[in-house]
Amino acid sequence: MRTINQFFSKIREINQRYAKPTVEMSRGVKFSLAVLRIYLFLLVVLMIYKFITVIKVL
Amino acid sequence: MTLNECNASPFSQSQCRVSSTSNLTDMDFFSVLYYRFKKVWKAVRLYLVIAGPGLVVMIADNDAGGITTYAATGAKYGYHLIWFLLLLIPVAYYVQEMTVRLGAVTKRGHAEAIFESFGAFWGWFSLLDLMIVDWLTLVTEFVGMTAALSIFGVPAWLTVILVILLMSIIVLNGRYWTWEKIALGFCLLNLIYIPAAFMVNPSISDIVGQGLIPNLPGGLTNELFFLLMANIGTTIAPWMLFFQQSSVVDKGLQEKDIKMGKIDTFIGSIITVAIAIFIVIVTGTLLNGAPIDDAATAARLLMETNHYIGAFMAIGLFDAGLLGAICISLASSWAFGEIFGWAHSLNTKVKEAPWFYISFIFTLATAGVVPLIPGAPLVLITLFVQVVAVTLLPAALVFLILLLNDKKTMGEYANTRLQNIVSSFIVGSIIILSTMYGVSALFPNIFQ
Repeated sequence: MRTINQFFSKIREINQRYAKPTVEMSRGVKFSLAVLRIYLFLLVVLMIYKFITVIKVL
Repeated sequence: MTLNECNASPFSQSQCRVSSTSNLTDMDFFSVLYYRFKKVWKAVRLYLVIAGPGLVVMIADNDAGGITTYAATGAKYGYHLIWFLLLLIPVAYYVQEMTVRLGAVTKRGHAEAIFESFGAFWGWFSLLDLMIVDWLTLVTEFVGMTAALSIFGVPAWLTVILVILLMSIIVLNGRYWTWEKIALGFCLLNLIYIPAAFMVNPSISDIVGQGLIPNLPGGLTNELFFLLMANIGTTIAPWMLFFQQSSVVDKGLQEKDIKMGKIDTFIGSIITVAIAIFIVIVTGTLLNGAPIDDAATAARLLMETNHYIGAFMAIGLFDAGLLGAICISLASSWAFGEIFGWAHSLNTKVKEAPWFYISFIFTLATAGVVPLIPGAPLVLITLFVQVVAVTLLPAALVFLILLLNDKKTMGEYANTRLQNIVSSFIVGSIIILSTMYGVSALFPNIFQ
């Protein structure tokens, strides 16, 4: 239990340490990150769709 | 003629000048030659000190999966796709040299750089994705290694135990230098495909005629497209970015070493493609038209034709899996160490960096056990590697370009306009093709 608590406090510490991105958020950077989010979202949707179709076949 | 004689006679003045000029010219020639030799030798010595991360990452790029892809390429299309492999030299170089600059300037690994620059969300996404991709790829390396040694009658369980023991000994020695030199030794063994290619007596005119002129044998079919994408997929893998950057940091390369680091990466990219071409020549000559699903099958078929060539293929496959496993497991451990704040250098002893070494051996051991499980879904794992890698690779590449454009951090080593054009084109192409590769792995009939 203590180890798990320590682990989660470490995760919180990491999240706090890197809470603020240091890279200058120019329009180019914001655009790239937005496109990346959409790309990953679509990929995840495709994977979930595939997973559901495989489960249905089984 | 003495100096006094020269001075005494006006007629002999010009003679003296010619003679001394000729002596001087000879002396100049030899001193210039000596100076140049010293300069080159100094550069070579400096290169030998700095060489390592680029060579190791590039040659380890020809891992068990890579060998299978090249063997299948040669068996299916003969020498016809050699030109395409040559195109992969600049692709591999331009992507990987960016990690050299980033590592040498920031002194941070790729995982830490992403966390710090883009925040915890993108950081965790990259780290967890890397962990999954690395672990799954490690499983495929163990599959390759056990299959390779099974050709010599070594049981799979013994291969797994020996590999884990060997890799632990290499890593636990507590010195980056020693680890790197041993890894370079395994890189040297990867050149075994070169004598194998000469032993099959390929037709040079066929290699030049068919291989060096860009062509798509049989047109751009779905099968050819899949194989081209697989070749790109094996050339740039997510773990390579993380590995080389962390390796540059662990080795302690400075900004002044960037030039040599880039040369190291360039030589590595040439060697890795050269090895791929020699594999294509071997299977393209002896197994043209044979159905090849994995490199071990290729080795078995080659043994029926020529025992030595088959043995070389199997040894090369084992070595490729071993090199891949060494680098991939280290890439994960370095990344975790950077983020969790553990000591994470190969220059530290086990007592000083216990979590770094525990995570290394844990990753290795859990991945090694999978091929030993009867009925383990190895085909599904291979498929999953391709799909999950597609989620990580574009993100890691986009972050790489954005980080290289952060002038505040990179200063004079930031990407120039030309570097941005070239690297954006390469990265854009890789993202499109690897996405198609991943999607076609999920839905095999989608591009038909």
